Amino acid sequence: MSAIDIWVRDFHARAGQLPGAQLPWLAGLRQRAIERFADEGWPTRRRENWAHTSLAFMEGQTFDAPDTSADAASEVATEHPATTLARLRADNAEPGHWLVFVGGRHAPTLSAIGTLPAGATLSSLADALAQKADGTASAVEQAFGSSDDGDSPAALNAALAADGAYLRLARGVAVEEPIHLVFIADGTETTRHLRNLVIAEAGAQATLVEHYPDGGANTGENPGATLTTAVTRIEAGADARITHLKLQQEAEQAIHLATLDVRQGRGSVFASHSLSFGARLARNDIRTRFDGEGGEVLLNGLYHVDGRRHVDHHTLIDHATPRCSSREFYRGLIDGNARGVFAGRIVVAQDAQRSDAMQRCDNLLLSRQAEADARPELEIYADDVKCAHGATVGQIDDDSLFYLRSRGLDEVRARNLLTYAFAAEALARIELPALRRRARAALLARLPGADALSELLEEVL
Amino acid sequence: MNDAITRDTIVPDTTPRPDPRPDPRPDPIGNFLEQDYSAGFVTDIETDTVPKGLSEDVVRMISARKGEPPFLLEWRLAAYRNWLTMSSPQWAQVSFPEIDYQDIVYYSAPKSKKDGPQSLDDVDPELLRTFEKLGVPLHERARLAGVAVDAVFDSVSVGTTFKKELGEHGIIFCSFSEAVKDHPELIKKYLGTVVPPGDNYYAALNSAVFSDGSFVFIPKGVKCPMELSTYFRINARDTGQFERTLIIAEEGASVSYLEGCTAPMRDENQLHAAVVELIALDDAKIKYSTVQNWYPGDKDGKGGIYNFVTKRGDCRGARSHISWTQVETGSAITWKYPSVILRGDDSVGDFHSVALSNHRQQADTGTKMIHMGRNTRSTILSKGISAGRGSNTFRGLVRVGPKAEGARNYTQCDSLLIGDRCAAHTFPTVEVRNPSARVEHEATTSRIGEDQLFYAMQRGISAEDAVSMIVNGFCREVFKELPMEFAVEAQKLLGVSLEGSIG
Repeated sequence: MSAIDIWVRDFHARAGQLPGAQLPWLAGLRQRAIERFADEGWPTRRRENWAHTSLAFMEGQTFDAPDTSADAASEVATEHPATTLARLRADNAEPGHWLVFVGGRHAPTLSAIGTLPAGATLSSLADALAQKADGTASAVEQAFGSSDDGDSPAALNAALAADGAYLRLARGVAVEEPIHLVFIADGTETTRHLRNLVIAEAGAQATLVEHYPDGGANTGENPGATLTTAVTRIEAGADARITHLKLQQEAEQAIHLATLDVRQGRGSVFASHSLSFGARLARNDIRTRFDGEGGEVLLNGLYHVDGRRHVDHHTLIDHATPRCSSREFYRGLIDGNARGVFAGRIVVAQDAQRSDAMQRCDNLLLSRQAEADARPELEIYADDVKCAHGATVGQIDDDSLFYLRSRGLDEVRARNLLTYAFAAEALARIELPALRRRARAALLARLPGADALSELLEEVL
Repeated sequence: MNDAITRDTIVPDTTPRPDPRPDPRPDPIGNFLEQDYSAGFVTDIETDTVPKGLSEDVVRMISARKGEPPFLLEWRLAAYRNWLTMSSPQWAQVSFPEIDYQDIVYYSAPKSKKDGPQSLDDVDPELLRTFEKLGVPLHERARLAGVAVDAVFDSVSVGTTFKKELGEHGIIFCSFSEAVKDHPELIKKYLGTVVPPGDNYYAALNSAVFSDGSFVFIPKGVKCPMELSTYFRINARDTGQFERTLIIAEEGASVSYLEGCTAPMRDENQLHAAVVELIALDDAKIKYSTVQNWYPGDKDGKGGIYNFVTKRGDCRGARSHISWTQVETGSAITWKYPSVILRGDDSVGDFHSVALSNHRQQADTGTKMIHMGRNTRSTILSKGISAGRGSNTFRGLVRVGPKAEGARNYTQCDSLLIGDRCAAHTFPTVEVRNPSARVEHEATTSRIGEDQLFYAMQRGISAEDAVSMIVNGFCREVFKELPMEFAVEAQKLLGVSLEGSIG
């Protein structure tokens, strides 16, 4: 029996217990999604948009739950979710609304949703699907997406999504403090399928953080692989302002397949910050479409990979309507034997005049075996447009290194500082100071000589 | 060139029809874009063709007619069998109805060629007139222009000028068929070493049925004293042209090679699937320039050439240099990626391209630079112009292998849009596996600015000329890479191809 069959069998075994199983539209959608997944299988290099990342190995990949028999190693292996969360919050004492998920399920005891303004609804997706009374279900139905969205991993997610966040903001409602969605891995559940739905009506405002912290797992001798599929769908109504920050710090054995799907209404402003530091293989599909004129989007990204790890960002900005503007900046740090992939497509539709698109992708190779692949794409069907893209791959500039050394920094320190400086440009685009600090801490934790760097930065900042 | 004949023979009714709702404003740019294809005449000459369709027998027949040695027949058959297992590539940003490969004539030769012309004087005068119409500097004109020409008409080469003078330098410049007869050892050694017969669908097809082409061999240390040139023309109906060009520059040799193409106007689409292989050994330099003006089809996209070409250069030796320059204004569909494999240390690859698609033309073109040796350098300069309902795609790959220490690439790729129904796409891929490499890619897309036009016009320059100036300015960096005669022709061609595109 092939691995695909195992997933299908697993789906049929679980379908009855999945949230919303009682809803006919959802049951039908899940059924179609699993059929599509069974039909298409895992994407291989032959599939469009997967030329640099193959998931063919998933056929043979098993996600066995770790042996729970009481041997000492496995006890050390996982930190209690509460500890992880406490570490996270204590570091920054960050305010905000906290929705916490453990092993792919909502953990009400760890969550702390503060006072939300009237017209704002924040709950777990499972809860949202259970409440049939106040029309939530129909809103969820609209926002849930279809079985045809994205590639086959997204279809698997649609079939198996067990939980996630549901946020709905009525017209003009602004949530001041960030909404933190924290997805903590636990040692017992090795696969999780998360779906987050955000509906922001006209003029609504919110900042959303999607955080996958390193649960402190992975200290055992043979840490098993884990799989996370995550789909976040955001509908930004006219003039809505939504910021989405994703911090992916999964354990070194994790496979992380994520999609961010955004629809932007007239005059809406959306910003995405995607920081990818963890996981053995991380793939992020980020798409936004301008459904109304005058929209703006910022796609900001930073990734760091080392060892034999692999990170892949595929972005698509669809200028479907006139007079929208997009800015995209991605930076990659690639070390060890790792591979970093960026593919960004900008489509300007026919008659989408006065579109303004700018895209940059810069990569820094930090080792001899590292590989960077960049594929910036422009697809343009209108003539009154301003579009530009650029991509670079290189190493640390010798002149800059010389300059710092002439100022008395030793080579290692100078190199680390330049590496940090290269990445810091991406951090500077994060507006909220608390989030920027959290992102910086996550980055520093990845870089060599972090302590010395922190000291240096303390002096400067 | 006799323009009167050109027009009489081919151009159908060109009387302007009265516009039911005349635009009160003059539309200079619109008119500018409507010019006709001036190379679209048909020459009436007897041809020797094989029946339509493709089979092992046809491959054997082509090989037999050309009196090829057995190794080449085997090579063709292997390619044909390989082709049968392949399917046509679907990834390009072009659309066209499925090609019926059984509806194509794979070999068509002017009949008088049967006994073989001994000199240019023996060549069918009708044929020579054709080349005259095209402005090919064959015969005496060649001497004046100082260009040695190998002209390929439908499937066979009709005469190579300056053979003797080149021979004194030890340079071999002849048709591919002659090379097979006279220098089989060189063909055996180099054929298919850059573009293997199974490289891609169209290259495999070409390897099975290629009919003729040019062969150039520059021996060690020789600098070719003149520009070499080939002119390709598809004449007969329902024929495909499958030529094969092989250029070898030995250690320290250098050559500049030009290629031009035209075809008559026909309502059906015709297939052109060529393969060009360049091999540069240590310190050798090959410069390959193309002005491609195959019939692009009419305003509504009827007819035109499908130009599916595989061109690749191999910088095999250290410090070798291969440079591709192309001006692509013709063809209904262009599918072509002249590439360089930078194998030798310190080798250099260049790609300079102007691609124009007007009316319903589709061009998917670009290059691959594969850096394998140390300190290899490459430059890509691509200028795409889309007008009318044309679609223009740049598709590129820059790959730096783990051993390509100090490799350097700079890519600049700009698109100019004329009209709101055209499309311009840029799909570059960068793959770097060496940290000492430096790879940069820049791309912009814009249209001719109204302020630019206004500025030129308020200085008394007509809109038409202003557009022409702006477009030529946009392409200047590429044009200056072309040999002089070609640069002039390219500018004219661009003007002609653009007529009627701005309104």
